[in-house]
Amino acid sequence: MTDSLTRPAPSDGSDQDPAGRAGHEDHPERVGFFTDTSVCIGCKACEVACKEWNAIPEDGLELTGMSYDNTRGLGASTWRHVAFIEQSKPLGHAQAAVDHTDVDVLALAAQGSATPPEQAAITPTTPGPPSPDGRTELRWLMSSDVCKHCTHAACLDVCPTGSLFRTEFGTVVVQEDICNGCGYCVPACPYGVIEQRPGDGRAFKCTMCYDRLGAGQEPACAKACPTDSIQFGPLEELRERAAARVGQLHEAGVADARLYGHDPGDGVGGDGAFFLLLDEPEVYGLPPDPQVTTRDLPSMWRYAGAAALALAGGLAAVFAGPRRAPAGRTRR
Amino acid sequence: MSTSDVTKGGIRGERPGREAEAGRGLRPGRRGRRGRRGEELMVPQAEFTSYYGRPVITPPSWQARDIAGYFFLGGLAGAGSVLAAGSHLTGRRTAARALKISSTVAIAGSAAALVHDLGRPERFANMLRVFKPTSPMSMGSWLLAAYGPAAGAAAVLDVTGLLPRTGRTATIGAALLGPAVAAYTAVLAADTAVPAWHEGYRELPFVFTGSAAVAAAGMGLMTAPPEENGPARRAALLGAAVETAAVRAMERRVGVVAETYRHGRAGRLMRAARALTALGALGAALPARCSRPAAAVSGAALLAASACTRFGVFHAGVASAEDPKYTVLPQRERLERRQAEQAGKPAEAERAEQA
Repeated sequence: MTDSLTRPAPSDGSDQDPAGRAGHEDHPERVGFFTDTSVCIGCKACEVACKEWNAIPEDGLELTGMSYDNTRGLGASTWRHVAFIEQSKPLGHAQAAVDHTDVDVLALAAQGSATPPEQAAITPTTPGPPSPDGRTELRWLMSSDVCKHCTHAACLDVCPTGSLFRTEFGTVVVQEDICNGCGYCVPACPYGVIEQRPGDGRAFKCTMCYDRLGAGQEPACAKACPTDSIQFGPLEELRERAAARVGQLHEAGVADARLYGHDPGDGVGGDGAFFLLLDEPEVYGLPPDPQVTTRDLPSMWRYAGAAALALAGGLAAVFAGPRRAPAGRTRR
Repeated sequence: MSTSDVTKGGIRGERPGREAEAGRGLRPGRRGRRGRRGEELMVPQAEFTSYYGRPVITPPSWQARDIAGYFFLGGLAGAGSVLAAGSHLTGRRTAARALKISSTVAIAGSAAALVHDLGRPERFANMLRVFKPTSPMSMGSWLLAAYGPAAGAAAVLDVTGLLPRTGRTATIGAALLGPAVAAYTAVLAADTAVPAWHEGYRELPFVFTGSAAVAAAGMGLMTAPPEENGPARRAALLGAAVETAAVRAMERRVGVVAETYRHGRAGRLMRAARALTALGALGAALPARCSRPAAAVSGAALLAASACTRFGVFHAGVASAEDPKYTVLPQRERLERRQAEQAGKPAEAERAEQA
């Protein structure tokens, strides 16, 4: 394990085998999540499945009043978080002003999911012109956020106890019996994922269901997702699937569709959990250009070394020069 | 029209939901909005967007009293050990003894603050479970494990007069480790995603060591007789100059994030630090050379100034983490700069080919 502990993350994204770097030999292939937000329906089954499977305690049952999102964000006791964004903006070429009076909904239901719009005669979540009372239609963006399991994970790099570690699957997991609650991983995470649990003190986050992976099962959230918005699998395969999907959406006119966290050349060496988004990342509460803070650590140590030497030199210099007796007193 | 039937083998003719044709529309192109350009014109770019104003990163859960207090005490101890060794070697016995004691008390207080801030204080020993250069906190733990006993031995052996040669070695050892103790805390803060700390990682170590020199000089002025406080007075001026310059350079460097150093609680603390530093430095330059009360007042002002700087930096960091603006705007700028560079590259290559 010493390799990943002593060597700061390379910044060129060339090293795409985090498990191997961490010293796992003959490890299984790296797995991850591809969260395709274009098919997320905001049901929060992932949140529930995650809480149930991982026995995460309740962390408040309050209403935020800001949207259907009463979870607020990821935290020590929220490892999946469904974001809800309301926008008066169309989704591709979708339209709202469609007359549905003659539609046989039972016949539509028999067609199953993914019925082509021409056949469905229904286009979902679309803004039209304002109605006479001034209300406008809006589109919903829904996205299930999760720990990104970065290729170069800042939380893991800065953990002083070795509690955070890289698994053989290339994921990042906290060892609850080691963590002493120093809280350093919390501000280190560029995505604001990991957090200390109030009343417990230790840091917690998504484990990508390490226990289920070990048993050959997919994580609970992906298993529970009814629309395949959360897809689990080998990261390479997910990246290919994601590229095809974004192409499909562009062709359909959804020019806003873009992948986020898929690029091994980004500031964290690519995410183990990446996304297809329909707007800028910050709209979903994601950083537009995240970077692993330890990328700059060698430079930080150099500046700190210079400052320490300057302090030693400066404070040595103040002893130079003749020792004068203060005015009005005689030298002892 | 295709239909799907439920059969023994599942639903026939069904396509996976993940291929849902979201956004396809009934009459593609009728609205005349095709391609990326049209979409972007629809919604003018706001200065920055966020998810209901919620922070992107999680602010540190550290207590200001513990962690900013540790930054202050660690600096006081580290720089104090250097002044103590200098005083020891130049025969300023009173100043040396006072600074050795203050460094020991300060580093003991630091350790107590650090353990107190842990979510699981009983597991503090896990800090020495690994030796991990990628974690400034791990390096700091090892540094404190070496520095603490050295500073303690220097003080105890000075006060008791036992083992003078060992005492001298401990004094020098503490003086060699002291600057590292004072400087590494800047890396501890900067090695996070907190914009006010990370963006200023080049200057922050100088802010911290300057502030440490100011604190140690203040302690020297408060405790040493005027005939021994020459080095402390000069250290006060030097530290004040370095700290003031470094804070300015850092505020220029961090761009929009500098607001967090100028407004709110952090702004008040940084302004108080500037005023107290000026007062203390002025006192150190003029009356402290002959008047013990004046030296004590300047010393107290310098100590307070150093504490204000550390708490100011701490609160600026928390403020910069709590407002998504300071995470999103600098990253957006960086991203756009990089995209512009990448867009410029092919054009450059073309020009090079033609030439």
